[in-house]
Amino acid sequence: MIKKELLNNKSINIILNRLANELIENHGDFSDTVLIGLQPRGKYVLSRLKDIIERNGISKLNIGQLDITFFRDDFRRRGNPLEANQTKINILLEGKKVVFIDDVLFTGRSVRAAMDAIQSFGRPEEIELLVLIDRRFSRELPIQPDYTGKRVDSLESEKVLVEWSDDNSNNTVFIIKPANE
Amino acid sequence: MSELSVNHLLGIKDLTEEDIQLIFSSAEQFKEVINRPIKKVPSLRDITIANLFFENSTRTRLSFELAEKRLSADVINFSASSSSVSKGETLVDTVNNILSMKVDMVVMRHPNPGAALHLSKHVDSTIINAGDGAHEHPTQALLDAFSMQKELGTLNGKKIAIVGDILHSRVALSNIFCLLKLGAEVEVCGPPTLIPKYISSLGVRVSYNLRKTLEWCDVANMLRVQHERQDLKYFPSIREYTMKYGLTMNLLNSLDKKITIMHPGPINRGVEISSEVADSDQSIILNQVENGVAIRMAVLYQLASKRTMNFA
Repeated sequence: MIKKELLNNKSINIILNRLANELIENHGDFSDTVLIGLQPRGKYVLSRLKDIIERNGISKLNIGQLDITFFRDDFRRRGNPLEANQTKINILLEGKKVVFIDDVLFTGRSVRAAMDAIQSFGRPEEIELLVLIDRRFSRELPIQPDYTGKRVDSLESEKVLVEWSDDNSNNTVFIIKPANE
Repeated sequence: MSELSVNHLLGIKDLTEEDIQLIFSSAEQFKEVINRPIKKVPSLRDITIANLFFENSTRTRLSFELAEKRLSADVINFSASSSSVSKGETLVDTVNNILSMKVDMVVMRHPNPGAALHLSKHVDSTIINAGDGAHEHPTQALLDAFSMQKELGTLNGKKIAIVGDILHSRVALSNIFCLLKLGAEVEVCGPPTLIPKYISSLGVRVSYNLRKTLEWCDVANMLRVQHERQDLKYFPSIREYTMKYGLTMNLLNSLDKKITIMHPGPINRGVEISSEVADSDQSIILNQVENGVAIRMAVLYQLASKRTMNFA
């Protein structure tokens, strides 16, 4: 297994700042917007974006976490059953602008499941997608992000891993290759 | 990622503590699902479930049916009174006929102990026991223990009393297995005629005095007297039973602590529990019913996930 650094802490911070500014540009005071982190790993991106947006003087951000386990399309097709994570959405999404936030976009299947799952909380006016890493040329469904941190070309056998440190001093994105390639 | 160690839910006796905790953690997520504006997920949309009730039931049947529908399963219902069972068909024949209609899972209640086990050995389908005679009622025990755990934080070292007709109760037996596996101490309390002679060999305490039991316990699970299963007189009169083993507000208020009151239903108000106690804020009877749907969703989901699809 070979672990190669793709983004260091400094470049991740630059990207997060840019993404937060793009969100502010499109969503203004966020009064009709709800930022939804996709479980399990989107919530880390969400919490950092939230800090940056709040530092720009926007205080009342609506946020939530969505777990998609029960909406996946591979139930009973994998070796192991899927364990669910917590969903935390305390407001009705009827007529709201929803932004899904995740760390890595790969096949697009989680996002499809998330679009299904979010309907349980009302009919959003629109849904956008923000990802830190977009693995190009690996999509299995017609889904593309609206806000992209960095595009990465990678083989299907490789993995992209985002590691977050608690105090944000050492966040890193790695690409992991199997040893035999 | 963990999965259940069993392929059927026949009784709590077959489960490990990890199985029980896995069901609880899934139930926690399903509890959130059933409190959403739209209370339905598509996980079991390709699963068909038959609910076979050879014995009367209101709560359990509705709760299972609701759990199945919340998971998007297709559901067929069967009750013995309106079926060919009265024409002399055997259990395995009846069920095999139903399975020819491509049913994946069977939820069954039956008056004979071991009926679910028997079925699991003879048919190719996932079996969930919804009560077999006076033997086990696993989902009731799971939801009782889940409700207690939510109330008390943990069951480890907690003192749980089961009061009433222990002899005829499948709820009591399943509860005992479940609570002991989760590290609780259990005491059964009731008239000597309604307590099985060797029950202490399961590792539970036995008491014939309700006041002493209530002073000891953190939670009291009050059971109904099952007149329909009683072939002879086990106590002189219902009035006398109520005087010695009925839980009243006076008795509850005379304790120097607040205990949690549970009842698996159906309640005989004024017999084993007074109306005041059943409706008091110490009672979590209606929480039990809500948790019942979440627990049954968790059981169905975890068992269904073991039926891996084969497209070959």
